[in-house]
Amino acid sequence: MRVGIPRSLLYYKYLPFWKTFLTEIGLEVETSPLTNKQILSWGVEVAENELCVPVKAFYGHCMALRGRVDAIFVPRVVSVEEREYTCPKFLGLPDMIGAVADNLGLPPLLTPRLNQREKPSEFKWQLINFAREEFGLGRLEAAMALESARRAQRRYHDSLVAGRRPLDLLPASRLNRPRWRPAGKGTRRVGLLGHPYNLYDGYITQNLIARLEEAGVELVVPEMTDQHVLMEAATDVPKQLYWTYEKEIMGAINHWTEQKKVDGVIYVLAFACGPDSLVQVLIEHRAREHKVPLMSLTIDEHSGEAGLVTRIEAFVDMLMRKKPAVSAA
Amino acid sequence: MNALTGSGRARPGTGIKVTTPHMGNLHLLLEDLFGRLGVEYIKPPLSSTKTLQIGVKHSPEFACLPLKINLGNFIQALEKGANTIAMAGGHGPCRFGYYGIVEERILRDLGYDFRFVMLEPFGDGPWTFYKTFESLAPGLSIPSLWKILKVSFAKGRAIDRLGRRSLQVRAYEVNRGDTTRALKEAEKILAQAGTTEEIREAEAAAVAVIEGVEQDPERDVLKVGIVGEFFLLLEPFSNFDLEEALGHMGVYLERCVWVTDWIAPRKDNKIFGYPKKLIEEKAAPFLSQNVGGEGRETIGNTVMFAERGFDGVIQLLPFGCMPENIASSILPKVQQVHDIPVQTLAFDEQTGKAGMVTRVEAFMDLLWARRNGRLISVPRRGKKPEAACGGCQRAGTA
Repeated sequence: MRVGIPRSLLYYKYLPFWKTFLTEIGLEVETSPLTNKQILSWGVEVAENELCVPVKAFYGHCMALRGRVDAIFVPRVVSVEEREYTCPKFLGLPDMIGAVADNLGLPPLLTPRLNQREKPSEFKWQLINFAREEFGLGRLEAAMALESARRAQRRYHDSLVAGRRPLDLLPASRLNRPRWRPAGKGTRRVGLLGHPYNLYDGYITQNLIARLEEAGVELVVPEMTDQHVLMEAATDVPKQLYWTYEKEIMGAINHWTEQKKVDGVIYVLAFACGPDSLVQVLIEHRAREHKVPLMSLTIDEHSGEAGLVTRIEAFVDMLMRKKPAVSAA
Repeated sequence: MNALTGSGRARPGTGIKVTTPHMGNLHLLLEDLFGRLGVEYIKPPLSSTKTLQIGVKHSPEFACLPLKINLGNFIQALEKGANTIAMAGGHGPCRFGYYGIVEERILRDLGYDFRFVMLEPFGDGPWTFYKTFESLAPGLSIPSLWKILKVSFAKGRAIDRLGRRSLQVRAYEVNRGDTTRALKEAEKILAQAGTTEEIREAEAAAVAVIEGVEQDPERDVLKVGIVGEFFLLLEPFSNFDLEEALGHMGVYLERCVWVTDWIAPRKDNKIFGYPKKLIEEKAAPFLSQNVGGEGRETIGNTVMFAERGFDGVIQLLPFGCMPENIASSILPKVQQVHDIPVQTLAFDEQTGKAGMVTRVEAFMDLLWARRNGRLISVPRRGKKPEAACGGCQRAGTA
């Protein structure tokens, strides 16, 4: 059986895990193509128009898998940390896709529910049961598949922390792979803040990463820091955030400003992103407090290239004129 | 326990002047509650365009509408002399649970000085819940808090029941505006009631006032259910008083969120009449997961309105509301399966009243046409619709 993984949303976080797991339980895995004009316009057409652009792209990716696979993998990722949630849209995603599946002629959906909100160890059983119920696997086989999937994910994280960039590890956009220039003298470090499914989707963010690196700045992304460090740094708020991915973003800016790791921060947020719309206030406050220049970049399916280029240039020029906060080592 | 009913006596020496955001009739309940607690309550000026302007000015661009109105309320109340802000909390995944923190941050950055009290749900632990109240009214004992809450809640429920009845009476009123006036009068009668006994008597009198509105029982009315996000449903300012406008069009309304249902720790929805569990069961074929806010309830209630033979459903949401957007992504499917027209209306600070009224009127025309058999049912897959309506055709075009 061929199962398709849409190259969107949590693909950019958990691909190694899912791919290994699905392969190990005996499925053939296929991913949808890179986001392109056709995929996004499919998504924009079908999806509710108030949804954020990455979710719209997800609809398009599911449609791009039609006719190529026997099932689409759309897990319901409710929670990946105790007492926290991901984003409401991930909670409802299988139902949202399911509501249009018939009309669009999508193949059946595989939607295991992954919920670690009550008990972190639970997700192990949720996946093992998914493999047993859907594919008749034995408990041991399923557990072994899970174990190698976890190892794959850990290897991925380790190499990210060791300095590899997510783009080099995930099969990503050709456009997105920048012409790498070694950081020269006077280079500034820019922290790039945002959800991986926006940052690393070269089509949605119009090759932001490539453009920044071409502009001669050194990029720092949250994934380069160990997860535990980020989560620890994010606790510096009066009430704990209950969205795990926003907590990572919050942790990243707290960590960067605390350790003086960056000269400036670019915060990429999708228009109508619910959690980001609130967390934005706290992030901007933090940057102001630590006197770190911050540019919030709101993206949607109508974002124009020229506007983006101008803003990046202006921001980088401004950083270049400032004294570097970190000595370019 | 006479001390409980002696409302309006401020506790000497605390100097606490507490304020809360507006949400429909909530201030009636809170005035009563804080009066009984002996805490000075600064009611923000009723939400208005001015409130919204102030809120929008200081809010993040695509935060949802309720946050912007809340913020306006707070600023107006702080300027009126409040020094303590009480705000409800929660644990997500909807944004509402984090409103308080963000609002506090914005207000502090603006330079306001105040004490901020976050009231977390009762389910978090009765002790924390009690302590929050005790910090507002020092010396308050647990039994007296319990009794005060009970009486105030009884009053809140009575107010909600009046509102519910008025939605139905208004559809039959002979002189436009009678029901609205009667409701105001009825609420005044209730406001004076102290003990549970008095509340019961006042409610009977108040109901009589509403029932006393001259009605035309022969009138043919449409039955429409209102679903959606709680703030939009509860706060008439935020939805341009859509319920009243619909009532004047001769539409019998049922709304599925009420103040006391929403703040009650038990989810049996005494006012709406259908317990949460039943609603979830109805929603399960379409949405089997709590997505925060009223997302799942919107789906479940739409199914129930369809099953009860309502003519149509209107969904209200603030622009960008996550749970409601999930629901509105799924509603076309519900429309197909249950054959009920649904009109989704999103509101933000840019929304104008005229546009909303026009859309609602068009939707009502569609419902009349459907009822009179001049229209085919909601288009099914593969069939091209013959008559047009934006609301119920999305299912066909998707």
